[in-house]
Amino acid sequence: MKILVPVKRVIDYNVKVRVKGDGTGVDLANVKMSMNPFDEVALEEAIRLKEAEQADEVIAVSIGVQKAQETLRTALALGADRGILVVAADDVHNDIEPLAVARILKAIVDEEQPNLVLAGKQAIDNDMNATGQMLAALLGWSQATFASELSVKDEHAVVTREVDGGLQTIRVKLPTIVTVDLRLNEPRYASLPNIIKAKRKPLEERTAADMNIDVDPRLEILSTTEPATRTAGIRVNSVDELVEKLKETGAL
Amino acid sequence: MAVLLLAEITNGELSLDATAKAVSASRELGEITVLAVGAECADAASQAAAIENVTKVLCAEDSLYGKRLAEPTSMLIASLAQDYDHIVAPATTDAKNIMPRVAALLDAMVISDVSAVIDHETFERLIYAGNAVQTVKSRDAKKVITFRTSTFDAAGSGGRATVEDIAVSDNPQLSEWVEDKLASSDRPELTSAGIVVSGGRGIGSEENFALVEKLADKLGAAVGASRAAVDSGYAPNDWQVGQTGKVVAPDLYIAIGISGAIQHLAGMKDSKTIVAINKDEEAPIFQVADFGLVADLFQAIPELTDKLD
Repeated sequence: MKILVPVKRVIDYNVKVRVKGDGTGVDLANVKMSMNPFDEVALEEAIRLKEAEQADEVIAVSIGVQKAQETLRTALALGADRGILVVAADDVHNDIEPLAVARILKAIVDEEQPNLVLAGKQAIDNDMNATGQMLAALLGWSQATFASELSVKDEHAVVTREVDGGLQTIRVKLPTIVTVDLRLNEPRYASLPNIIKAKRKPLEERTAADMNIDVDPRLEILSTTEPATRTAGIRVNSVDELVEKLKETGAL
Repeated sequence: MAVLLLAEITNGELSLDATAKAVSASRELGEITVLAVGAECADAASQAAAIENVTKVLCAEDSLYGKRLAEPTSMLIASLAQDYDHIVAPATTDAKNIMPRVAALLDAMVISDVSAVIDHETFERLIYAGNAVQTVKSRDAKKVITFRTSTFDAAGSGGRATVEDIAVSDNPQLSEWVEDKLASSDRPELTSAGIVVSGGRGIGSEENFALVEKLADKLGAAVGASRAAVDSGYAPNDWQVGQTGKVVAPDLYIAIGISGAIQHLAGMKDSKTIVAINKDEEAPIFQVADFGLVADLFQAIPELTDKLD
């Protein structure tokens, strides 16, 4: 079984996000970037399936700026066998929309013919939660989103999904697309020997233009602003005072 | 302009709150047709017909839609799309599963988790876990949208829409339902509760979460949790409040032992009154709290529970 894992280069989740004063976006110049945390979980699951001898090959794909190859090197160091970089933007501030990403991934799936695509449920930058579902639609494949448990058997995958009311388990036909939630597993760290070895793993590079895929956004971003802030209220010194204040303000 | 709105229905039951909030979000977009989909949806359809501003309800009843699997449900919605300019739903996990698939079938970019409608093609949404607000204008002929329900008031009742049964689509036979493990609870639903009591990592264990639950039950509140508490196994996933969990805006939100990571704040900072109880006086949650109490929660929570008689 072959597994494809899309990995996105995003602002590191520990970095404080700064909105640019002119309203044109979030400042990403000279900011630490990392692999999207949900994609780390997807990649970890793919590597575990390979370690369990349920998969033969794990291919990591990243779509974005040239520098996304650093994210692919990380994926290779973690255990992916090879990487495919699709350069689709020359400025890190140009986010490629999920629909365009799904169209690029579809072209790669058509070539590579994986049995399983494991993706993060959403990227922590645009918070769209869409790429996996869109790719499934374009391919006409089954989908299992927000996975917290996954097992692959013969022609099917059994996936437990985190839904509003609790958990739902479904069985989907392979090939399939599974998008993962954070509780599926705990991703490993790359070891130094593996980071060095990753430099020799194959990393293919192409561009969205070469692939003839239009990545023009459908959503024009008119402005990006700071959210309205709440101001801190008062400190109370005791439970009695808290109850009193809540009753005074009508909150209780 | 016409809107097709996917009603939130679970096992035949309409989630009136989520659906009515999506109706009020869509009011400026055009005439609203609600789509009720399920193995049984006649009751849900007639309930949806009574929501104010709903013109028509379409009812697609078939065992195929019982668990609202994404593949058949999105095919059905896409097959109806030609008559509508906007295809919308409340941003539940159900709709987040289905709507991006619908959008791709229609060659449109989904607009997820919209928090404000500027005009028929311009919308606001939060990005970067609520650290920024983006205003986007869609160039797509059909706009596929999910609405963040916490920022809209529910539309009222008194509507008298007509209900029409419609034909179902084919079964693509790609997926099947195995089982649900849904929490059954007498407590109010998290996203529509008037009061929410949430616990964080500071609660320390699954057993200790009983303190939070006891306080919640005293107040007739829903119980929430931070991602840290859910990841640590103290609370089930469906209690998670935050950017990747549920977004809530109750009249009163009580955060206990929650430090206030930005992704949690994104899920609750529209609450009317916020109370924070934490022993760390530097915790960021105090910066958004109307009333902050620096205290040991193991003493403060039982005391608070007792004093609410």
